[in-house]
Amino acid sequence: MTSLLEVEGLVKHFVAARSVFGRPTAHVKAVDGVSFTVEAGKTLALVGESGCGKSTVSRLVLRLIEPDAGTVRFEGRDLGALNANELRAFRRDAQIIFQDPYASLNPRMTVSQILSEPLALHDLVPAKRRRERVGELLRLVGLEPRFARRYPHEFSGGQRQRIAIARALAVEPKLIICDEPVSALDVSIRSQILNLLRDLQDRLGLAYIFVSHDLAVVKHIADRVAVMNLGGIVETAQADALFAAPRHPYSRALLSAIPVPKPQAKRSRIVLEGEMPSALHPPSGCRFHTRCPYVIARCRTEVPPLLADGTGHATACHRTAELPASESIVPADGDFSPVLEKLVAAFSGGTEGAGRAGVDLSRTRPIDRG
Amino acid sequence: MTAGPLIEIEKLRVVFHGDDGRTTHAVDSVDLSVANGATLGLVGESGCGKSVTSLAIMGLLSKRSAEVSGSIRFDGFDLLDVPDDTLRDLRGNRLAMIFQEPMTSLNPSFTIGDQIIETILRHRGGSRRQARERAIELLRRVHIPSPDKRIDEYPHKLSGGMRQRVMIAMALACDPRLLIADEPTTALDVTLQAQILDLMRELKAASGAAIILITHDLGVVAEVCDEVAVMYAGEIVERAPVDELFANPQHPYTVGLLGSIPRLDRRASHLATIEGMVPNMANPPPGCRFAARCPFVVDPCTAAPPPLAIVSPGHASRCIRAPLERLVS
Repeated sequence: MTSLLEVEGLVKHFVAARSVFGRPTAHVKAVDGVSFTVEAGKTLALVGESGCGKSTVSRLVLRLIEPDAGTVRFEGRDLGALNANELRAFRRDAQIIFQDPYASLNPRMTVSQILSEPLALHDLVPAKRRRERVGELLRLVGLEPRFARRYPHEFSGGQRQRIAIARALAVEPKLIICDEPVSALDVSIRSQILNLLRDLQDRLGLAYIFVSHDLAVVKHIADRVAVMNLGGIVETAQADALFAAPRHPYSRALLSAIPVPKPQAKRSRIVLEGEMPSALHPPSGCRFHTRCPYVIARCRTEVPPLLADGTGHATACHRTAELPASESIVPADGDFSPVLEKLVAAFSGGTEGAGRAGVDLSRTRPIDRG
Repeated sequence: MTAGPLIEIEKLRVVFHGDDGRTTHAVDSVDLSVANGATLGLVGESGCGKSVTSLAIMGLLSKRSAEVSGSIRFDGFDLLDVPDDTLRDLRGNRLAMIFQEPMTSLNPSFTIGDQIIETILRHRGGSRRQARERAIELLRRVHIPSPDKRIDEYPHKLSGGMRQRVMIAMALACDPRLLIADEPTTALDVTLQAQILDLMRELKAASGAAIILITHDLGVVAEVCDEVAVMYAGEIVERAPVDELFANPQHPYTVGLLGSIPRLDRRASHLATIEGMVPNMANPPPGCRFAARCPFVVDPCTAAPPPLAIVSPGHASRCIRAPLERLVS
């Protein structure tokens, strides 16, 4: 069985500077040979620091920008070969939610217009039934249908993100790319959106590509994680395996630096020496070698391939086998005391996420996709 | 070095008068103190008044629209009662602030070097050349690559994270006694965040400066703070040493916050959520401001405003149901 999404050797170089005659003189190698797969109904998290290329990958996957090389296959079909009509059809299957719910909703459109537009564009629901469908979508994300007549400015950040999610759900996609969907939200709102995303995944069988720099959130939501550094994937593994024992020196540094809500947490933080190299002039060989504490001569010249072991845990490092054990790298934040556990439980009862917000999901009947 | 706190805030109250005649009680009788070399975390969500508190300390609230009362004693001054000239000498010098939005807090029409050098020249004097060297050194300290080149760039050429580092460099320019950092690492990546937090600790250790760290990130609080004050709807609802707050929170709001963040060692399919909305601060409810969202609410909660009462030495909670452990045993 093929995966829902298969990305193979994706490359995107942006022109950073041009000569006076318009010839490119410098390129940013934003994405340089990225491959991964996403299974239906599962969550792949792309993590890495600013500029590592994770957002570019998410846009390439949707063909919002064109790759320089590589293929993206969705349900076995090569997206690069799609014509305009087929591409539009693909847009029904894959949607995106952006980080900033203040910027991603048109302030001049009512919620009803925002949610009706995809329905009209893809001709999914007859005009007469659209209002009803908008109400269903709002209920699906835990908002009241009467909000349909309001404008985005009348909502809080968390509510706006719910509207953005509803808009993505309007076309009944199979894949949603969540590009830092909760980074701009307050913690208590963030937990509501994370719960909602999880409920929707369970109910609707959605696959997510979850782009985030917040590793605790990634641990919570992801099935599989791909760690990116300077345009390439350095490590990919099941989330549990990665957080239990990261292998690549960059993943080790990244995970060791997670701030955890436990004062005096036992931690062995790996501080990266040197400066983050520019994507304009990435280092030769392994792109992490300038900051790697385990660097050897070979790393400077030879690009390490991303090699998987038997369990699907892949690492792009020449020294994977020789590195010290990494079990205690990720800081421990412990669990709650029994008393605190019970107190916290009082906040989880009854009304949470879409399913428990008095929303009957069975009422949102699927559209006949004939 | 003087004994006692470096900064002591008493009964701080900020009321905004809108043009439409409405008043908003953004901050209500806030008492805080920070000792030399200590770090106080001010935690809360959007609109809880934590940023307004910091703006009041810096004297940055417009006198026309904001009515500030109470007292803020810093280094022998009452900041609410000093001439503007004195305040200008203190700001950027002994009293520095890092803002939340690196995008809007740098002037787009000057190079970052110009902006850092301006601060140094204003408070320290000396030659422009020396100031430039110090600016380059500061940029290096906040891990800006090629600082000698970057110093001549304009803010739009830098990434968001980079701009925040420039802001931090600027705040550190005159070795402040008190650094107010309003969400300083929110825009930064984890490894960089760790570096910046280390940097703030370094600064604190080297200079004995105090830090007020305003954040919504409890992980960051646990990392760097000595004491924590949790704010909700303009009030401090809980104040405790950092270990105590995380192990034994005594206000339901703090409990809700702790439960709503994903933890690495915890396998929960769903996170805790705090349902409902923050009360409208134009017309705050008569009793406890958290009552409408609190799972432990009882009738007396809504009758009268609860006081910030001591639960155990050094630990205060604005909840009449504290200690909370008796509610679940």
